[in-house]
Amino acid sequence: MDAVIEGVKKALIMLVTMDPDIYRIALVTLKVTGTALIVSVTLSLPAAFFIAFKDFPGKKLVISLANLGMGLPPTVVGLWVCLMLWRSGPLGRLRLIYTPTAIVVAQTLIASPVILALATAALQQVDRKLRWQIMALGATPFQMLFLLVREARYSLMAAVIAGFGAIISEVGASMMVGGNIEGYTRVLTTAIVLETSKGNFEDALALSFILLLMAYLGSLALTYFQQRRHKDEYNN
Amino acid sequence: MNTIIEGKNINVQMKKKVLLEVERIELKMGEVLAVIGPNGAGKSTLLRVLALLQEPRQGEIYFKGEKVAPKDRIRFRRKMAVVFQEPLFLDATVIENVALGLKIRGVNAREAKERAEYWLQKFKAEELRNRWAKALSGGEAQRVSLARAFALEPEVLFLDEPFSNLDVFIRESVISDFAEVLKTTGITTFFITHDLKEVMLLADRVAALMGGRVVQEGTPRELVENPATKDLEKFIESWKRILKSFF
Repeated sequence: MDAVIEGVKKALIMLVTMDPDIYRIALVTLKVTGTALIVSVTLSLPAAFFIAFKDFPGKKLVISLANLGMGLPPTVVGLWVCLMLWRSGPLGRLRLIYTPTAIVVAQTLIASPVILALATAALQQVDRKLRWQIMALGATPFQMLFLLVREARYSLMAAVIAGFGAIISEVGASMMVGGNIEGYTRVLTTAIVLETSKGNFEDALALSFILLLMAYLGSLALTYFQQRRHKDEYNN
Repeated sequence: MNTIIEGKNINVQMKKKVLLEVERIELKMGEVLAVIGPNGAGKSTLLRVLALLQEPRQGEIYFKGEKVAPKDRIRFRRKMAVVFQEPLFLDATVIENVALGLKIRGVNAREAKERAEYWLQKFKAEELRNRWAKALSGGEAQRVSLARAFALEPEVLFLDEPFSNLDVFIRESVISDFAEVLKTTGITTFFITHDLKEVMLLADRVAALMGGRVVQEGTPRELVENPATKDLEKFIESWKRILKSFF
Protein backbone atom coordinates (compact mmCIF):
# COMPACT_ATOMS: atom_id res chain seq x y z
CA MET A 1 0.00 0.00 0.00
CA ASP A 2 2.87 2.33 0.84
CA ALA A 3 4.23 1.83 -2.66
CA VAL A 4 0.88 2.89 -4.13
CA ILE A 5 0.71 6.04 -2.00
CA GLU A 6 4.32 6.84 -2.80
CA GLY A 7 3.57 6.21 -6.47
CA VAL A 8 0.64 8.62 -6.43
CA LYS A 9 2.73 11.24 -4.61
CA LYS A 10 5.60 10.83 -7.05
CA ALA A 11 3.27 11.00 -10.03
CA LEU A 12 1.79 14.26 -8.72
CA ILE A 13 5.25 15.69 -8.08
CA MET A 14 6.40 14.65 -11.55
CA LEU A 15 3.34 16.24 -13.12
CA VAL A 16 3.46 19.43 -11.05
CA THR A 17 7.21 19.95 -11.39
CA MET A 18 6.94 19.12 -15.10
CA ASP A 19 9.62 16.44 -14.89
CA PRO A 20 11.35 16.67 -18.29
CA ASP A 21 11.90 12.90 -18.62
CA ILE A 22 8.26 12.16 -17.96
CA TYR A 23 7.08 14.85 -20.34
CA ARG A 24 9.42 13.57 -23.03
CA ILE A 25 8.06 10.02 -22.63
CA ALA A 26 4.47 11.29 -22.51
CA LEU A 27 5.07 13.40 -25.61
CA VAL A 28 6.53 10.45 -27.55
CA THR A 29 3.55 8.33 -26.44
CA LEU A 30 1.12 11.02 -27.55
CA LYS A 31 2.84 11.50 -30.92
CA VAL A 32 3.18 7.81 -31.68
CA THR A 33 -0.31 6.79 -30.52
CA GLY A 34 -1.94 9.86 -32.06
CA THR A 35 -0.26 9.26 -35.42
CA ALA A 36 -1.11 5.55 -35.37
CA LEU A 37 -4.74 6.39 -34.55
CA ILE A 38 -5.03 8.94 -37.36
CA VAL A 39 -3.45 6.53 -39.87
CA SER A 40 -5.69 3.67 -38.68
CA VAL A 41 -8.85 5.77 -38.97
CA THR A 42 -7.80 7.06 -42.40
CA LEU A 43 -7.25 3.51 -43.65
CA SER A 44 -10.06 1.72 -41.85
CA LEU A 45 -13.08 3.99 -42.28
CA PRO A 46 -13.08 4.09 -46.11
CA ALA A 47 -12.44 0.34 -46.11
CA ALA A 48 -15.33 -0.16 -43.68
CA PHE A 49 -17.59 1.84 -46.02
CA PHE A 50 -16.55 -0.28 -48.95
CA ILE A 51 -17.07 -3.55 -47.08
CA ALA A 52 -20.38 -2.46 -45.53
CA PHE A 53 -22.02 -1.12 -48.67
CA LYS A 54 -20.52 -3.03 -51.59
CA ASP A 55 -21.11 -6.62 -52.47
CA PHE A 56 -18.00 -8.41 -53.68
CA PRO A 57 -16.72 -11.99 -53.71
CA GLY A 58 -14.97 -12.90 -50.46
CA LYS A 59 -16.74 -10.21 -48.42
CA LYS A 60 -17.49 -12.58 -45.55
CA LEU A 61 -13.88 -13.75 -45.54
CA VAL A 62 -12.62 -10.14 -45.29
CA ILE A 63 -15.01 -9.42 -42.41
CA SER A 64 -13.99 -12.60 -40.62
CA LEU A 65 -10.30 -11.66 -41.04
CA ALA A 66 -11.00 -8.19 -39.60
CA ASN A 67 -12.82 -9.81 -36.69
CA LEU A 68 -9.87 -12.16 -36.17
CA GLY A 69 -7.55 -9.13 -36.29
CA MET A 70 -9.39 -7.62 -33.34
CA GLY A 71 -7.80 -10.23 -31.14
CA LEU A 72 -4.35 -10.01 -32.70
CA PRO A 73 -1.73 -10.26 -29.92
CA PRO A 74 0.54 -7.16 -30.01
CA THR A 75 3.62 -9.35 -29.56
CA VAL A 76 2.73 -11.28 -32.73
CA VAL A 77 2.31 -8.00 -34.60
CA GLY A 78 5.60 -6.81 -33.10
CA LEU A 79 7.36 -9.97 -34.25
CA TRP A 80 6.10 -9.65 -37.84
CA VAL A 81 6.88 -5.94 -38.06
CA CYS A 82 10.32 -6.70 -36.61
CA LEU A 83 10.96 -9.36 -39.24
CA MET A 84 9.85 -6.99 -41.99
CA LEU A 85 11.87 -4.00 -40.78
CA TRP A 86 14.94 -5.85 -39.52
CA ARG A 87 18.09 -4.74 -41.31
CA SER A 88 18.23 -7.99 -43.28
CA GLY A 89 14.43 -8.09 -43.70
CA PRO A 90 12.45 -7.23 -46.85
CA LEU A 91 11.98 -3.60 -45.75
CA GLY A 92 15.33 -3.31 -43.96
CA ARG A 93 16.58 -0.74 -46.45
CA LEU A 94 14.09 1.75 -45.03
CA ARG A 95 16.04 1.69 -41.73
CA LEU A 96 12.88 2.00 -39.67
CA ILE A 97 13.56 -0.55 -36.96
CA TYR A 98 13.89 1.03 -33.50
CA THR A 99 12.31 4.28 -34.65
CA PRO A 100 9.00 5.91 -33.63
CA THR A 101 7.79 5.19 -37.18
CA ALA A 102 8.22 1.45 -36.54
CA ILE A 103 5.98 1.77 -33.47
CA VAL A 104 3.44 3.71 -35.53
CA VAL A 105 3.45 0.90 -38.11
CA ALA A 106 2.94 -1.78 -35.45
CA GLN A 107 0.24 0.17 -33.62
CA THR A 108 -1.55 0.89 -36.90
CA LEU A 109 -1.63 -2.86 -37.57
CA ILE A 110 -3.09 -3.41 -34.10
CA ALA A 111 -5.72 -0.64 -34.22
CA SER A 112 -6.84 -0.96 -37.84
CA PRO A 113 -8.61 -4.33 -37.60
CA VAL A 114 -10.38 -3.19 -34.43
CA ILE A 115 -11.64 0.01 -36.08
CA LEU A 116 -12.36 -1.78 -39.36
CA ALA A 117 -14.42 -4.58 -37.81
CA LEU A 118 -16.39 -2.34 -35.44
CA ALA A 119 -16.95 0.40 -38.04
CA THR A 120 -18.12 -2.16 -40.62
CA ALA A 121 -20.61 -3.57 -38.12
CA ALA A 122 -21.76 -0.04 -37.24
CA LEU A 123 -22.32 0.90 -40.87
CA GLN A 124 -24.05 -2.36 -41.69
CA GLN A 125 -26.58 -1.54 -39.01
CA VAL A 126 -27.73 1.54 -40.93
CA ASP A 127 -31.03 0.54 -42.54
CA ARG A 128 -30.64 -0.18 -46.26
CA LYS A 129 -33.94 1.58 -46.84
CA LEU A 130 -32.55 4.70 -45.23
CA ARG A 131 -29.90 4.71 -47.95
CA TRP A 132 -32.67 4.56 -50.54
CA GLN A 133 -34.40 7.44 -48.78
CA ILE A 134 -31.22 9.53 -48.82
CA MET A 135 -30.72 8.70 -52.50
CA ALA A 136 -34.33 9.65 -53.17
CA LEU A 137 -33.72 13.04 -51.57
CA GLY A 138 -31.21 13.56 -54.36
CA ALA A 139 -27.96 13.11 -52.45
CA THR A 140 -24.64 12.96 -54.27
CA PRO A 141 -22.29 10.11 -53.23
CA PHE A 142 -20.39 12.57 -51.01
CA GLN A 143 -23.58 13.82 -49.33
CA MET A 144 -24.63 10.20 -48.85
CA LEU A 145 -21.29 9.40 -47.20
CA PHE A 146 -21.54 12.41 -44.90
CA LEU A 147 -25.10 11.54 -43.84
CA LEU A 148 -24.28 7.90 -43.23
CA VAL A 149 -21.27 8.84 -41.08
CA ARG A 150 -23.52 11.21 -39.17
CA GLU A 151 -26.13 8.48 -38.78
CA ALA A 152 -23.63 5.95 -37.44
CA ARG A 153 -21.57 8.51 -35.53
CA TYR A 154 -21.96 7.02 -32.05
CA SER A 155 -20.96 3.55 -33.14
CA LEU A 156 -18.16 4.87 -35.35
CA MET A 157 -16.71 6.85 -32.45
CA ALA A 158 -17.00 3.74 -30.29
CA ALA A 159 -14.87 1.97 -32.92
CA VAL A 160 -12.27 4.76 -32.77
CA ILE A 161 -12.29 4.68 -28.94
CA ALA A 162 -11.72 0.91 -29.03
CA GLY A 163 -8.82 1.38 -31.46
CA PHE A 164 -7.33 4.06 -29.24
CA GLY A 165 -7.67 1.79 -26.20
CA ALA A 166 -5.93 -1.04 -28.01
CA ILE A 167 -2.81 1.00 -28.81
CA ILE A 168 -2.43 3.31 -25.84
CA SER A 169 -2.23 0.21 -23.63
CA GLU A 170 -0.08 -2.09 -25.74
CA VAL A 171 3.52 -2.73 -24.78
CA GLY A 172 4.79 -5.81 -26.60
CA ALA A 173 4.95 -4.43 -30.12
CA SER A 174 6.33 -1.04 -29.02
CA MET A 175 9.10 -2.75 -27.08
CA MET A 176 10.01 -5.11 -29.93
CA VAL A 177 10.02 -2.66 -32.83
CA GLY A 178 10.89 0.53 -30.96
CA GLY A 179 13.60 -0.85 -28.73
CA ASN A 180 12.64 1.36 -25.76
CA ILE A 181 15.37 3.90 -26.53
CA GLU A 182 15.38 6.72 -23.99
CA GLY A 183 14.21 10.03 -25.37
CA TYR A 184 13.46 8.50 -28.76
CA THR A 185 11.23 5.44 -28.74
CA ARG A 186 10.51 5.07 -25.04
CA VAL A 187 6.76 5.31 -24.48
CA LEU A 188 4.85 5.13 -21.21
CA THR A 189 4.08 1.41 -21.41
CA THR A 190 7.66 0.40 -22.21
CA ALA A 191 8.98 2.77 -19.53
CA ILE A 192 6.69 1.07 -16.97
CA VAL A 193 8.05 -2.34 -17.96
CA LEU A 194 11.60 -1.06 -17.63
CA GLU A 195 11.09 0.57 -14.21
CA THR A 196 9.28 -2.53 -12.91
CA SER A 197 12.10 -4.79 -14.11
CA LYS A 198 14.57 -2.55 -12.25
CA GLY A 199 12.45 -2.76 -9.08
CA ASN A 200 11.59 0.97 -9.20
CA PHE A 201 7.96 0.40 -8.34
CA GLU A 202 7.31 3.99 -7.32
CA ASP A 203 8.51 5.28 -10.69
CA ALA A 204 6.58 2.53 -12.47
CA LEU A 205 3.44 3.44 -10.52
CA ALA A 206 3.92 7.13 -11.21
CA LEU A 207 4.24 6.38 -14.92
CA SER A 208 1.20 4.09 -14.80
CA PHE A 209 -0.91 6.87 -13.27
CA ILE A 210 0.20 9.23 -15.99
CA LEU A 211 -0.64 6.61 -18.62
CA LEU A 212 -4.05 6.05 -17.06
CA LEU A 213 -4.65 9.79 -16.98
CA MET A 214 -3.63 10.12 -20.60
CA ALA A 215 -5.79 7.15 -21.65
CA TYR A 216 -8.69 8.62 -19.72
CA LEU A 217 -8.25 12.10 -21.21
CA GLY A 218 -8.06 10.59 -24.70
CA SER A 219 -11.19 8.53 -24.13
CA LEU A 220 -12.92 11.50 -22.52
CA ALA A 221 -12.20 13.71 -25.53
CA LEU A 222 -13.48 11.04 -27.94
CA THR A 223 -16.50 10.31 -25.75
CA TYR A 224 -17.32 14.00 -25.48
CA PHE A 225 -17.16 14.27 -29.25
CA GLN A 226 -19.33 11.16 -29.56
CA GLN A 227 -21.96 12.28 -27.08
CA ARG A 228 -22.06 16.02 -27.66
CA ARG A 229 -25.50 16.05 -29.32
CA HIS A 230 -26.92 13.19 -27.35
CA LYS A 231 -27.97 15.47 -24.51
CA ASP A 232 -29.91 17.78 -26.83
CA GLU A 233 -31.57 14.83 -28.51
CA TYR A 234 -33.41 13.78 -25.38
CA ASN A 235 -34.21 17.26 -24.20
CA ASN A 236 -37.05 17.80 -26.58
CA MET B 1 -51.85 13.95 -71.45
CA ASN B 2 -48.10 14.02 -71.87
CA THR B 3 -46.01 11.22 -70.47
CA ILE B 4 -43.70 12.28 -67.63
CA ILE B 5 -42.04 8.95 -66.86
CA GLU B 6 -41.81 5.97 -69.12
CA GLY B 7 -40.15 2.64 -68.48
CA LYS B 8 -39.33 0.35 -71.40
CA ASN B 9 -38.27 -3.30 -71.44
CA ILE B 10 -37.47 -3.31 -67.74
CA ASN B 11 -35.96 -6.50 -66.42
CA VAL B 12 -34.81 -7.03 -62.85
CA GLN B 13 -33.40 -10.33 -61.65
CA MET B 14 -32.03 -11.60 -58.41
CA LYS B 15 -29.95 -14.76 -58.48
CA LYS B 16 -31.40 -15.59 -61.91
CA LYS B 17 -34.98 -15.25 -60.62
CA VAL B 18 -36.96 -12.71 -62.60
CA LEU B 19 -38.43 -10.14 -60.23
CA LEU B 20 -39.70 -7.72 -62.81
CA GLU B 21 -40.34 -7.95 -66.53
CA VAL B 22 -42.23 -4.92 -67.76
CA GLU B 23 -42.42 -4.18 -71.47
CA ARG B 24 -43.75 -0.66 -71.03
CA ILE B 25 -45.19 1.43 -68.25
CA GLU B 26 -45.93 5.11 -68.29
CA LEU B 27 -46.94 7.78 -65.87
CA LYS B 28 -48.86 10.65 -67.42
CA MET B 29 -48.43 14.23 -66.32
CA GLY B 30 -50.76 15.09 -63.45
CA GLU B 31 -52.28 11.63 -63.03
CA VAL B 32 -52.38 9.44 -59.96
CA LEU B 33 -51.43 5.89 -60.88
CA ALA B 34 -52.12 3.20 -58.29
CA VAL B 35 -50.13 0.00 -58.52
CA ILE B 36 -51.76 -3.08 -57.04
CA GLY B 37 -50.78 -6.71 -56.80
CA PRO B 38 -50.10 -9.45 -54.29
CA ASN B 39 -46.97 -9.57 -52.13
CA GLY B 40 -43.90 -10.39 -54.17
CA ALA B 41 -45.46 -9.14 -57.42
CA GLY B 42 -42.59 -6.68 -57.91
CA LYS B 43 -44.43 -3.47 -57.03
CA SER B 44 -41.73 -2.00 -54.80
CA THR B 45 -39.02 -3.06 -57.24
CA LEU B 46 -40.89 -1.25 -60.03
CA LEU B 47 -41.14 1.85 -57.84
CA ARG B 48 -37.42 1.79 -57.11
CA VAL B 49 -36.58 1.35 -60.78
CA LEU B 50 -38.85 4.19 -61.94
CA ALA B 51 -37.67 6.43 -59.07
CA LEU B 52 -34.08 5.73 -60.20
CA LEU B 53 -33.10 4.12 -56.90
CA GLN B 54 -32.34 0.73 -58.40
CA GLU B 55 -30.73 0.02 -61.71
CA PRO B 56 -32.52 -2.68 -63.69
CA ARG B 57 -30.53 -5.45 -65.35
CA GLN B 58 -32.07 -4.26 -68.60
CA GLY B 59 -34.32 -1.46 -69.71
CA GLU B 60 -34.56 2.27 -70.08
CA ILE B 61 -36.29 5.01 -68.17
CA TYR B 62 -37.40 8.20 -69.91
CA PHE B 63 -38.21 11.43 -68.11
CA LYS B 64 -40.32 13.75 -70.26
CA GLY B 65 -39.01 11.93 -73.28
CA GLU B 66 -35.34 12.23 -72.29
CA LYS B 67 -33.55 8.94 -71.72
CA VAL B 68 -32.06 8.84 -68.21
CA ALA B 69 -28.35 8.09 -68.54
CA PRO B 70 -26.52 6.67 -65.48
CA LYS B 71 -24.56 9.93 -65.04
CA ASP B 72 -27.80 11.93 -64.93
CA ARG B 73 -29.60 9.87 -62.33
CA ILE B 74 -29.02 12.34 -59.49
CA ARG B 75 -30.26 15.26 -61.63
CA PHE B 76 -33.49 13.37 -62.41
CA ARG B 77 -33.89 12.07 -58.86
CA ARG B 78 -34.01 15.69 -57.78
CA LYS B 79 -37.24 16.10 -59.75
CA MET B 80 -38.87 13.34 -57.72
CA ALA B 81 -39.73 12.45 -54.13
CA VAL B 82 -40.34 9.09 -52.49
CA VAL B 83 -42.32 8.14 -49.40
CA PHE B 84 -41.70 4.64 -48.13
CA GLN B 85 -43.96 2.37 -46.11
CA GLU B 86 -41.93 2.97 -42.96
CA PRO B 87 -41.02 6.61 -42.51
CA LEU B 88 -37.23 6.70 -42.69
CA PHE B 89 -35.60 9.50 -40.80
CA LEU B 90 -32.11 10.56 -39.97
CA ASP B 91 -31.07 10.93 -36.37
CA ALA B 92 -32.19 14.56 -36.16
CA THR B 93 -35.21 16.74 -35.39
CA VAL B 94 -38.36 16.81 -37.50
CA ILE B 95 -37.59 20.19 -39.02
CA GLU B 96 -34.03 19.12 -39.86
CA ASN B 97 -35.35 16.00 -41.55
CA VAL B 98 -37.95 17.86 -43.58
CA ALA B 99 -35.45 20.53 -44.62
CA LEU B 100 -32.70 18.02 -45.39
CA GLY B 101 -33.82 17.11 -48.91
CA LEU B 102 -34.08 20.78 -49.81
CA LYS B 103 -30.57 21.47 -48.51
CA ILE B 104 -29.30 18.46 -50.45
CA ARG B 105 -30.89 19.98 -53.55
CA GLY B 106 -29.11 23.27 -53.00
CA VAL B 107 -31.85 25.36 -51.37
CA ASN B 108 -30.38 27.78 -48.83
CA ALA B 109 -30.92 27.01 -45.14
CA ARG B 110 -33.43 29.81 -44.49
CA GLU B 111 -35.66 28.99 -47.42
CA ALA B 112 -35.41 25.27 -46.66
CA LYS B 113 -36.61 25.91 -43.11
CA GLU B 114 -39.47 28.11 -44.27
CA ARG B 115 -40.63 25.57 -46.82
CA ALA B 116 -40.30 22.75 -44.30
CA GLU B 117 -42.45 24.69 -41.82
CA TYR B 118 -45.04 25.44 -44.49
CA TRP B 119 -45.42 21.77 -45.42
CA LEU B 120 -45.43 20.59 -41.84
CA GLN B 121 -48.33 22.96 -41.30
CA LYS B 122 -50.12 21.58 -44.39
CA PHE B 123 -49.92 18.12 -42.88
CA LYS B 124 -50.91 19.34 -39.42
CA ALA B 125 -47.53 18.47 -38.00
CA GLU B 126 -46.15 21.92 -37.20
CA GLU B 127 -46.12 21.26 -33.44
CA LEU B 128 -43.73 18.36 -34.06
CA ARG B 129 -41.04 20.56 -35.60
CA ASN B 130 -38.56 20.33 -32.71
CA ARG B 131 -39.26 16.72 -31.75
CA TRP B 132 -36.70 14.01 -32.44
CA ALA B 133 -37.93 12.41 -35.69
CA LYS B 134 -37.15 8.85 -34.69
CA ALA B 135 -39.29 9.20 -31.57
CA LEU B 136 -42.51 10.00 -33.44
CA SER B 137 -45.56 7.74 -33.44
CA GLY B 138 -46.61 6.02 -36.68
CA GLY B 139 -49.18 8.61 -37.72
CA GLU B 140 -46.98 11.57 -36.79
CA ALA B 141 -44.04 10.06 -38.61
CA GLN B 142 -45.98 9.48 -41.81
CA ARG B 143 -47.33 13.06 -41.76
CA VAL B 144 -43.74 14.30 -41.42
CA SER B 145 -42.62 11.93 -44.16
CA LEU B 146 -45.31 13.29 -46.51
CA ALA B 147 -44.38 16.87 -45.58
CA ARG B 148 -40.75 16.09 -46.41
CA ALA B 149 -41.74 14.74 -49.83
CA PHE B 150 -44.06 17.64 -50.71
CA ALA B 151 -41.54 20.20 -49.43
CA LEU B 152 -39.29 19.10 -52.29
CA GLU B 153 -42.01 20.25 -54.69
CA PRO B 154 -41.33 17.27 -56.92
CA GLU B 155 -42.61 16.77 -60.42
CA VAL B 156 -43.32 13.15 -59.58
CA LEU B 157 -44.20 11.65 -56.23
CA PHE B 158 -43.68 7.97 -55.48
CA LEU B 159 -45.37 6.32 -52.52
CA ASP B 160 -44.84 2.77 -51.38
CA GLU B 161 -47.85 1.74 -49.27
CA PRO B 162 -47.52 4.91 -47.20
CA PHE B 163 -50.60 4.31 -45.05
CA SER B 164 -50.48 0.57 -44.50
CA ASN B 165 -48.70 0.76 -41.14
CA LEU B 166 -51.17 3.21 -39.65
CA ASP B 167 -54.07 2.23 -37.45
CA VAL B 168 -57.49 2.72 -38.93
CA PHE B 169 -58.42 6.02 -37.23
CA ILE B 170 -55.15 7.78 -37.91
CA ARG B 171 -55.12 6.33 -41.40
CA GLU B 172 -58.42 7.95 -42.36
CA SER B 173 -57.25 11.38 -41.25
CA VAL B 174 -53.80 11.12 -42.88
CA ILE B 175 -55.33 9.90 -46.16
CA SER B 176 -57.86 12.67 -46.16
CA ASP B 177 -55.17 15.34 -45.59
CA PHE B 178 -53.02 13.72 -48.23
CA ALA B 179 -55.89 13.59 -50.74
CA GLU B 180 -56.58 17.27 -50.19
CA VAL B 181 -52.93 18.26 -50.69
CA LEU B 182 -52.68 16.05 -53.74
CA LYS B 183 -55.76 17.64 -55.25
CA THR B 184 -54.42 21.15 -54.62
CA THR B 185 -50.93 20.50 -55.93
CA GLY B 186 -51.84 18.19 -58.81
CA ILE B 187 -48.50 16.40 -58.53
CA THR B 188 -48.07 13.33 -60.74
CA THR B 189 -48.19 10.39 -58.35
CA PHE B 190 -47.27 6.73 -58.48
CA PHE B 191 -48.47 4.87 -55.45
CA ILE B 192 -48.47 1.29 -54.34
CA THR B 193 -51.36 0.16 -52.25
CA HIS B 194 -53.14 -2.87 -50.87
CA ASP B 195 -56.24 -0.92 -50.02
CA LEU B 196 -59.10 -0.59 -52.45
CA LYS B 197 -60.45 2.45 -50.63
CA GLU B 198 -57.22 4.27 -51.40
CA VAL B 199 -57.48 3.24 -55.05
CA MET B 200 -61.06 4.47 -55.34
CA LEU B 201 -60.35 7.68 -53.48
CA LEU B 202 -57.05 8.68 -55.03
CA ALA B 203 -56.30 6.93 -58.31
CA ASP B 204 -57.06 8.03 -61.84
CA ARG B 205 -55.61 4.86 -63.25
CA VAL B 206 -54.53 1.46 -61.91
CA ALA B 207 -51.80 -0.92 -63.01
CA ALA B 208 -52.00 -4.49 -61.76
CA LEU B 209 -48.76 -6.39 -61.29
CA MET B 210 -48.60 -10.18 -61.09
CA GLY B 211 -45.38 -12.17 -60.99
CA GLY B 212 -43.34 -9.16 -62.06
CA ARG B 213 -45.50 -8.37 -65.11
CA VAL B 214 -48.09 -5.68 -65.68
CA VAL B 215 -51.16 -7.74 -66.44
CA GLN B 216 -53.65 -4.92 -66.78
CA GLU B 217 -53.88 -1.14 -66.84
CA GLY B 218 -57.04 0.91 -66.77
CA THR B 219 -59.40 2.91 -64.64
CA PRO B 220 -60.15 1.50 -61.20
CA ARG B 221 -63.63 0.54 -62.38
CA GLU B 222 -62.37 -1.25 -65.51
CA LEU B 223 -59.94 -3.27 -63.48
CA VAL B 224 -62.44 -4.23 -60.86
CA GLU B 225 -65.23 -5.08 -63.26
CA ASN B 226 -63.18 -6.82 -65.93
CA PRO B 227 -59.98 -8.25 -64.51
CA ALA B 228 -57.74 -9.41 -67.37
CA THR B 229 -56.43 -12.63 -65.83
CA LYS B 230 -57.64 -15.38 -63.53
CA ASP B 231 -54.99 -14.50 -60.96
CA LEU B 232 -56.02 -10.89 -60.95
CA GLU B 233 -59.63 -11.91 -60.63
CA LYS B 234 -58.75 -14.03 -57.60
CA PHE B 235 -56.80 -11.17 -56.14
CA ILE B 236 -59.71 -8.82 -56.64
CA GLU B 237 -62.08 -11.42 -55.17
CA SER B 238 -60.49 -10.75 -51.82
CA TRP B 239 -61.68 -7.16 -52.12
CA LYS B 240 -65.22 -8.02 -53.17
CA ARG B 241 -66.85 -7.21 -49.88
CA ILE B 242 -65.40 -3.75 -49.84
CA LEU B 243 -66.19 -3.33 -53.52
CA LYS B 244 -69.88 -3.84 -52.93
CA SER B 245 -70.03 -0.67 -50.94
CA PHE B 246 -68.75 1.23 -53.98
CA PHE B 247 -70.81 -0.34 -56.82
